[in-house]
Amino acid sequence: MEKIIFYILALVIIVFAIASVSSKKMLRSVIYLLFVLIGISGIYFLIDYNFLAAIQLTVYAGGVIVLLIFSVMLVHHIEMELELAKVSKRILVGLASLVGLGVFLTTIYSHEFTVVENTVTTTTKDIGFGLLSYDVGGFILPFELISVLLLAAMIGAIIIAKGTKLTNKKNDTV
Amino acid sequence: MIAGISIYEILTVTSILFFIGIYGFITRKNLISILMSVELILNASVINFVIINKYLYPDVLQGVFFSIFIIAVAAAETALAIAIIINLYRQIASVEVKDTEIMKY
Repeated sequence: MEKIIFYILALVIIVFAIASVSSKKMLRSVIYLLFVLIGISGIYFLIDYNFLAAIQLTVYAGGVIVLLIFSVMLVHHIEMELELAKVSKRILVGLASLVGLGVFLTTIYSHEFTVVENTVTTTTKDIGFGLLSYDVGGFILPFELISVLLLAAMIGAIIIAKGTKLTNKKNDTV
Repeated sequence: MIAGISIYEILTVTSILFFIGIYGFITRKNLISILMSVELILNASVINFVIINKYLYPDVLQGVFFSIFIIAVAAAETALAIAIIINLYRQIASVEVKDTEIMKY
């Protein structure tokens, strides 16, 4: 049963990813990306990382996609069709990607992974204790760094998006 | 781990996803589309972290923590990039790569 679900998810992910990078309509391409991200969160649910799946759904499906749709609405006309690259360039890049994929797959399949059979369920409690522990192997420092980074990114986004107005005001007073 | 699915199959799926992202990154001519391709690449790498943690080292959680950090950095990057794109659209009224010649004003 899980096998069938995984194959369906993999199919959804790959088909919609291809649709997302080749669709001519901008908004549709964003919606295809949303399906890809939801499929990925389905894979996290399958391997019992519920917390990560919830993060994926909230941050990507809830945050990033809404931001992308918002900017597409602001910037493009809704009926506008995207300009595609030349056919020769697309074929060339596709071939190069296939060659790279071949290299990746031969490397992966020639490597022996020592898989540990397990049915460990990770609870949110474990993740929280790991993130906030001061012990060896704890992740308190990167956790705090990420919070500072998010704050800096938020302030930076506001400053950049309001850029012209702020600088004009400064120039006027000086 | 997923019953009946080996690590090879999942790594195959993520490799395909990664190269679809690369393909979109090179062929697209629009800044927002390029940003979406970057999201695809980042997501492929996040799945790899999680899968390798689950299949090879189930007793530790390092892969999960790094995935959370990658997702946070990706969200910050997206917010900043969208801010830059909207600001650029104000300056030159276009988000096509070929029109993006000046980055200062």
